[in-house]
Amino acid sequence: MSEYKTLAADGMWKNNPALVQLLGLCPLLAVTATVINGLGLGLATMAVLIGSNVTVSLVRNIVRNEIRIPIFVMVIASFVTIIQLLMNAFTYELYLALGIFIPLIVTNCAIIGRAEAFASKNKVLPAAFDGVMMGLGFTVVLVLLGGMRELLGAGTLLSGADRLFGPVANNWTVTVFATEHPFLLAILPPGAFIGMGLLIAAKNAIDQRLAARQTKQKKQVTRIRVTAES
Amino acid sequence: MFKTLATNGGMLGTFAVITTALISLTFIGTEDRIAQQQRARLLSVLNEVVPASIYDNKLYADCTVITADALGTEKAHRVYRARNDETPVALVLQTTAPNGYSGNIELVVGVDTSMTVLGVRTLTHQETPGLGDKIELAVSDWIRTFSGKTFDPEQQQAWQVKKDGGQFDQFTGATITPRAVVGAVRRTLDYVIENQTALFAQPANCSVSQ
Repeated sequence: MSEYKTLAADGMWKNNPALVQLLGLCPLLAVTATVINGLGLGLATMAVLIGSNVTVSLVRNIVRNEIRIPIFVMVIASFVTIIQLLMNAFTYELYLALGIFIPLIVTNCAIIGRAEAFASKNKVLPAAFDGVMMGLGFTVVLVLLGGMRELLGAGTLLSGADRLFGPVANNWTVTVFATEHPFLLAILPPGAFIGMGLLIAAKNAIDQRLAARQTKQKKQVTRIRVTAES
Repeated sequence: MFKTLATNGGMLGTFAVITTALISLTFIGTEDRIAQQQRARLLSVLNEVVPASIYDNKLYADCTVITADALGTEKAHRVYRARNDETPVALVLQTTAPNGYSGNIELVVGVDTSMTVLGVRTLTHQETPGLGDKIELAVSDWIRTFSGKTFDPEQQQAWQVKKDGGQFDQFTGATITPRAVVGAVRRTLDYVIENQTALFAQPANCSVSQ
């Protein structure tokens, strides 16, 4: 069980594909103007990751070492194409909004990175779980960044939710404050870079604080032992 | 050595076949639905600029491709013809405003046979969010100001933004975008006046899925 715990911690925090590995930044920065766009791309990436991780793990003993990379690429490319067709068929509006960034999932190094570094060396279940966690870590960052930019830029959250969830979500949009003049910096690409930088900084700050607390606790433990001995 | 080559090549080939087969299956499975989605979206745009009550033909299928400088660029544009009982009632033209602030602005213009504008909508644009993007219906009602206005070729100066002496509002801080849109609509309407009968007479020659 601890193996799964490590995998979860790695994907969501310690080795988060977006915040630590800094992989797949191009789509990450480009589509995160709103929460829904971020969530859509995140889920699509997660689906591809799970599919490719499972397939790569299934064939890991058949595929010869010399040709593993082209085969991984083929597997990933076909999963992306399948996801693209499905999104085109079932979430057409979102497909139009994400546009070129769905096919670009192929070039997201996080995916081939996980295939090569993890799935090709592990059994199917851990590989699938790794896909879920890495995908979730990526999605969370996309949603956070999209939320920050949408909130600052337009004062809303979840606008266009119906594009992902269908007509049920027609009135899910939360207007936090109404504004005549949107904050352009947040909506335009520089806002994505700045927001991403802030997210990474926040993660590092939390990590540092945790590390500091841990060393302090260790010191206390030693002191207690010293008093007990004397 | 040849043995290794053969195994590796064979394996790559097998994978290529399997993955292609999977993609083909998904494609066949989703083909109809995708076409249906595209048609639904097209129809919803068309119905925004031509009320569904005034025509009874299959608007999305009664379409012809034209190329004309008046439509902004040299690329092919589509014209949809609305007819009621075989009588022409309205035209929907795709048109391009080539002189936006940032790239081309793609528009659709619906106009009835008496040259009254039924509606104009922006399909795609890359104008600055917060300034030029008021041409989008989702952002502002501005694009509706075209509806109901009748085009008179003698009164072309009215089809400009107010800053240039016309009747259409510009946006605070952004004149280039509305100027481009108004200009494109004016040129399109001028083109329709010249070619109305010919446009209705042309054979339907564009497939829906493109």
